[in-house]
Amino acid sequence: MSSNPIPPSDPVRGQVVLCIGDGVSTDTIYPGRFMATVLPSETPQFAFADHREFNAKLNQGKIAAGSFIVAGANFGCGSSREQAASTLKGHGLVVVARGFARIFLQNAVNLGLQTVTCPEINASEGDMLEVREDHVLNVTTGARFAVQPLPEARRAIVAAGGLISYSRGRLIQKNA
Amino acid sequence: MGMTVAQKILARATGRTSVQVGEVVEPAVDLAMSHENAALVINQFCEIYQGTGLEPGIWDPTRVAIIFDHRVPAESSKTATNQKKVRDFVAQHGIAKFHDIRGDQGGICHQVLPESGYVRPGAVVVGTDSHTTTHGALGALAFGIGATEMASVWALGTVLNLEVPGTIKVEVHGRLGPHVAPKDLILYLIGKLTAEGANFKVIEFHGETIEGMSTSGRLVLCNMSVEAGATSGIVPADDETVRYLRAEAGVSDPLHLIRPDPDAPYDQVIEIDASTLSPQVAIPHAVDKVVPVESLGSVRMHQVVIGSCTNGRLDDLAAAAAILKGRKIAKGVRLLVFPASWKVYMQSIRAGYLADLIEAGAVIMNPGCGCCLGVHQGALADGDVALSTTNRNFPGRMGNPKSEVYLCSPEVAAASAATGVITDPRKGGAR
Repeated sequence: MSSNPIPPSDPVRGQVVLCIGDGVSTDTIYPGRFMATVLPSETPQFAFADHREFNAKLNQGKIAAGSFIVAGANFGCGSSREQAASTLKGHGLVVVARGFARIFLQNAVNLGLQTVTCPEINASEGDMLEVREDHVLNVTTGARFAVQPLPEARRAIVAAGGLISYSRGRLIQKNA
Repeated sequence: MGMTVAQKILARATGRTSVQVGEVVEPAVDLAMSHENAALVINQFCEIYQGTGLEPGIWDPTRVAIIFDHRVPAESSKTATNQKKVRDFVAQHGIAKFHDIRGDQGGICHQVLPESGYVRPGAVVVGTDSHTTTHGALGALAFGIGATEMASVWALGTVLNLEVPGTIKVEVHGRLGPHVAPKDLILYLIGKLTAEGANFKVIEFHGETIEGMSTSGRLVLCNMSVEAGATSGIVPADDETVRYLRAEAGVSDPLHLIRPDPDAPYDQVIEIDASTLSPQVAIPHAVDKVVPVESLGSVRMHQVVIGSCTNGRLDDLAAAAAILKGRKIAKGVRLLVFPASWKVYMQSIRAGYLADLIEAGAVIMNPGCGCCLGVHQGALADGDVALSTTNRNFPGRMGNPKSEVYLCSPEVAAASAATGVITDPRKGGAR
């Protein structure tokens, strides 16, 4: 299990380790029955728990930090459970999706899980991807896909390294 | 240009006369709700204070509510330990709006909040639960957030960096037919919008169907607005809101009803004729795979669930009891009933609904969320089919990825429990 966070603003290159379709819910990313486990240090073991093979690879350390999940529209729909973001971040995964559900995206930003909204993304498992300033390059196929930038409101939190440090800064300001 | 209800609420909560859609605001929070996941919020809250030299302190403990509902009573020592941690924190910080595992005050957060009078029209309500959208039924702007964001709210009292959402106006006309419920209306709308159709937007409900609907029904509409991706569902507060808050929630202080301007900017307007709607069913494995009940073939199921934050209110249990009174549920079917709160539970005992349901073969469970998300009781076997009045049917939702979940109204659920197959309550189910 890896816990090295990826600085969200850096260009990043990695292999696609999972391609998954539209409407992947938080019940798939982090099944409800593991919700009694809350700490970001403990949630990674249950990532995609019902996708046994993928979960086993993650837990056996067979997937390198910086690897990509490529998903369809509305990734992370459903529950507000933050474990769905912390479980993926704990493995150092990057999620490129055609779209994200609101609360999941906010949780990802708040925790520093790198997400890339890429409405046209097309990739297969095994492909190499590179996230650049305004597009994702599929190194394997040579195709480029435009990236929808994070709204300004969320970039401020990313720039601060997540909501904990952003809020800490505001708290210090308030009490100065 | 006028403003939508969401804009007006956010303008008030930021001390301004107006806000524009898309601009970034930091609204003051009126009510911040959590359930068992407060255990994680506490962890993140303490982390915010680390290295600041400041003592962790909640900005306003009177505005924080904590309700245990997801795994009650605790199903494991791990949950019990988390609940204990929260209980200790509540005592230490003087959080009065705390609903422990008690028959005289507990229940599912999305029923406890309205019935306790905690939600007011015009309020900004945040909750560490996606179905916090429910509280828009009382004219509030209510939305789900993650645990770390809640920790930030506890520390600062504001939501940081919120973009003012656009609004979809839904106009509903005509009368819902017999055995057609608010649940059918919202399932139909989700089918039309799709599961992401309202992503990052608010759904504002209008029209004479909504005006004539009880708060209980409005709570169903706003509860499931999130299943279309909506930030929040809102029914603009009106006479019915005032009646509910005064008569059912015991609120006596002044209320400020916020209505949208006639020239409010809407991203989209959807009109629905309620009189043409059939009972609706969401089929596996997506909430937006919605079909009229009469279009289904013979779907046999093993477990029927009536209850939850969506459909566990008094009128839901009354509707189910009316269909099942004097009958028996089909052989091979388990019927589990989860009242939304202990108050609803007591009211249904006094009204005789629970006796009718038990005599028909139902098992009455204590109020809680557990079965809906597969964390506590009512587990499904491999190959089981469930028909449920809850709000989600994603793969694995009820705890077993090898099971299937169909979603429906209490009327469809009750009629189907009696026959063993998904049944149109206008035909086979009604006596």
